[in-house]
Amino acid sequence: MKKILLLGLALVTTATTASAQTTLTGAGASFPYPLYSKMFDEYKKANGVSVNYQSVGSGAGQKQILERTVDFAGSDTAMSDAQMKDAPGKLLHIPTAIGAVVPSYNLPGVTATLKFDGPTLANIYLGKIKTWNDPAIAKLNAGVTLPPLPITVVRRSDGSGTTGVFTDYLSKVSSEWKTKVGSATSVSWPIGTGAKGNDGVAGVVKSTPGALGYVELVYAKQNKLTFGTMKNRAGKFIVADNVPASLAANGVVIPADTRVSLTNSANADAYPIASFTYVIFYQDQKYANRTEAQAQALQKLLNWMVTSGQQFNEPLDYAKLPEGVAKKAQTIINTMTYGGKKL
Amino acid sequence: MIEPVKRPAVNSSLSSASDRVFEYIILALASIIVLVFLLSLYQLGKESWPALQKFGLSFFTNREWNPVTSNFGAISMITGTLITSLAALAISVPLAIASALFVAEYAPKWLADPVGYLIELLAAVPSVVYGLFALFVIAKGLSHWQQSFFTSPEKIATYTHCKSLWDAGTTSFQCFFVPISFDGRGLALAIIILTIMILPYTASVARDVIRLVPADQREAMYALGATKWEVISKAILPYARAGIMGGVILALGRALGETLAVAMVIGDSQDSIKSIFSGASTMASVIANQFGDAQEQIHRSSVVTLGFTLFFLSVLVNYIARIIIARLTPKGIQ
Amino acid sequence: MSAATKAMTSSRETTLSPVRKTTNAVMGGLILLATVVVVLPLILIFLYLLREGFASMFNLDFSKGFAGAFQNANLNFFTHVPAPEGEKGGGMLNAILGTLEMLALASVIGVGVGVAGGIFLAEYPKHPLMPTIRMISDVLGGIPAIVMGLVAYGLMVLTMGHFSGLAGALALGFLMIPIVVRTAEEVLKLVPQTVREAGLALGLPKWLVIMKIVLPAAAGGIITGIMLSLARVAGEAAPLLFTAFGNNQVSTDPLKPMSALPLEIFRGATSAYDENQRLAKAGALLLIAMIFVTSLLARRFSRLK
Repeated sequence: MKKILLLGLALVTTATTASAQTTLTGAGASFPYPLYSKMFDEYKKANGVSVNYQSVGSGAGQKQILERTVDFAGSDTAMSDAQMKDAPGKLLHIPTAIGAVVPSYNLPGVTATLKFDGPTLANIYLGKIKTWNDPAIAKLNAGVTLPPLPITVVRRSDGSGTTGVFTDYLSKVSSEWKTKVGSATSVSWPIGTGAKGNDGVAGVVKSTPGALGYVELVYAKQNKLTFGTMKNRAGKFIVADNVPASLAANGVVIPADTRVSLTNSANADAYPIASFTYVIFYQDQKYANRTEAQAQALQKLLNWMVTSGQQFNEPLDYAKLPEGVAKKAQTIINTMTYGGKKL
Repeated sequence: MIEPVKRPAVNSSLSSASDRVFEYIILALASIIVLVFLLSLYQLGKESWPALQKFGLSFFTNREWNPVTSNFGAISMITGTLITSLAALAISVPLAIASALFVAEYAPKWLADPVGYLIELLAAVPSVVYGLFALFVIAKGLSHWQQSFFTSPEKIATYTHCKSLWDAGTTSFQCFFVPISFDGRGLALAIIILTIMILPYTASVARDVIRLVPADQREAMYALGATKWEVISKAILPYARAGIMGGVILALGRALGETLAVAMVIGDSQDSIKSIFSGASTMASVIANQFGDAQEQIHRSSVVTLGFTLFFLSVLVNYIARIIIARLTPKGIQ
Repeated sequence: MSAATKAMTSSRETTLSPVRKTTNAVMGGLILLATVVVVLPLILIFLYLLREGFASMFNLDFSKGFAGAFQNANLNFFTHVPAPEGEKGGGMLNAILGTLEMLALASVIGVGVGVAGGIFLAEYPKHPLMPTIRMISDVLGGIPAIVMGLVAYGLMVLTMGHFSGLAGALALGFLMIPIVVRTAEEVLKLVPQTVREAGLALGLPKWLVIMKIVLPAAAGGIITGIMLSLARVAGEAAPLLFTAFGNNQVSTDPLKPMSALPLEIFRGATSAYDENQRLAKAGALLLIAMIFVTSLLARRFSRLK
């Protein structure tokens, strides 16, 4: 028994002394996780700094940055002023990519790409449309033979930025949704099977005939799920992709702090359920027992993400940041301080 | 313990001093157990206070769990927890007792040992592995069956009939067993996996207790000409009743707090339960899903209150188990 | 049952009424059937994990026939960290190391406190605090693991300001304590009273008797208890969700977030990606193998003593 104790103690001491290298911890959105895991893998190869990003959902990311347990949070919805009021320091947002949320479905035997519009999606998620051959869906998809299957509605069980974006869009297009459910990272769902993360939702859709779920585009593509086209504000049906997603930011006035919603864009060729995905961090990096080296490492990483790191966006079906937005992000990153001293 | 009458005088002061130091060290270390308990109580109490203060007892009766309006009530998770645990218990107890009887009374030694060992291994399989098996294998099977339900016209008619009932917010006995969707997940899967998970606990406790039943108890019955089943039902089971009850209640405690396997398969719905295939949620599954991201203080506090409730339930269940074992155990196998 | 009673029952069988005879046979059959139902899931789980997990662990592909299966075989599972989402060829090195390290750290708490608790309960039965500590230890054993995770989050993560392997180890250690206490107490009580008296009669102080005579005599049983408790907490993921948090890099620093096999299995099993599911199956096989081997060794130890 003594030996086990000694062994344990020896392990603790060696382990604490062994790792002095800089590591950064981030947590949050699953929406950009395929992108971030690629970026951080490449970043480690190039700079030797390892970044541990846990895809636990935007809600969890926001909570953890508020509680200062992580270096940065990932979130697809910007935090509101009310949320940031409780923060122990000034929080900054920078966007890193634009992504699209797609209605992905599993309908064996239906080969045509289904068309959806906002009100129909809202009614499905409200539980008012229950089967695939409902007249509302049939009307949008004339000529497609729809099976009489019940719709297995899939949604998130955790606090999610993807949910935030999706419900933000539904609230804009359906007043019933707005009053009954509202928009937030976690809502009280009228119906549906809950799954954890974009990954979890994609998993349920993949294994369940008749399922419909909202996921970030890359999850649908990488897992070979079919996804429908969405009718945008101008009445056009748009296939989600880089270009239509980035068009959503076109013509939108991006404020200096970059916190803005891109859903239901007025642009005639934009995809309607698009969003920036943000990294959230403290302006003043001196908190808990963080070192200046850690703060510098974070600043360097963030700068890389909005500049050279952008090369990984398009291969993974995320839109690059528009030129002006990347500039704004850099300006924000440059305001980071450590104990009041500029980094 | 019998103390020696007299110790050599030279050693006595030395040993009593060192004995006292040792006793203090052991006591201090053992007190950490109490400390852990008190810290847990304090931590959970402190964190759940805001929710308890805001909602009071209505927290335990309110159905709504709405992070947008910050209105939280736990009744649907409490029902979910109770339904899954009690149903799993009801299915597993007869099976567990039967397997214990087999190992202790029927099987020859060469078979009893491996079967007993297999059952013990079943208890060592981690929750996540059960969850993985449930998702990759059982859910697929269930989903397959649910799809086949929609192949015949009569069954579709049944579904349509049930759907109208569900929409009206009610259900009937028949509709309770009609699939609501195709994903295989939900209450039924959670009950199946919980049943498998708690079986070994009851089974191994029951086996130990049955083995402790004195042999003369059996032999007396056999001498009277009783059949094997009569010996089991009249002499063994009544004698082992208390121990088995204790095992059952401990298994209940385990089922109440089982987290990930259930969270992975139950479908996380706070809606009222209309069919055995509909989604539900348990207190533990909601903690696993929402504690990580509950930002508003009141949301987080509500989640911790679920944990606090679970804490109390498990203490209560344990306490009852101990009382039952103490009360009902015939003297001799205590 | 002795041979004599067996002979007796069989000689009586001829005179039994048919009802009693059938009931006896039917119940016997049902009991056998129920046992099969109980054992079946384990066999199914085990076969499934062996088949799927083994292929996943070494990246074998049996759809290409037996010879082709080994074309892309590799040991990445043991030597790599997870690949970026959507890419292939990752492993679970981070989780394997994390699990081992957290278990080692958890044993410091679980064994230290657990064995001391066992000694206290067994050797100081007249101490006024004994009933309280025994009851609380029992109660602690029934508290759900996820609740311990909540407690460790409040105690460690919030006070230290970050997630850490140490916080995970603390939660696991708390879970180990009651199991170790219980087995240690039982085993210590099995050491014959005469052994203690012999030690005391030699003039040894009580503490030396405990440390040098009683504990070594019970060592086999105590080690069994420790190993069983390790096997039990090794598979816990729920208390690690909010404490160790997970790490997709190899990290041995206990003050940093750390990964663990159960955590990765949980994430992989609920994932849509085939690659993540593959890793989860391989991880599940490894975890189960670790746990079964530990339990087997524990049984060995208890026999050897």
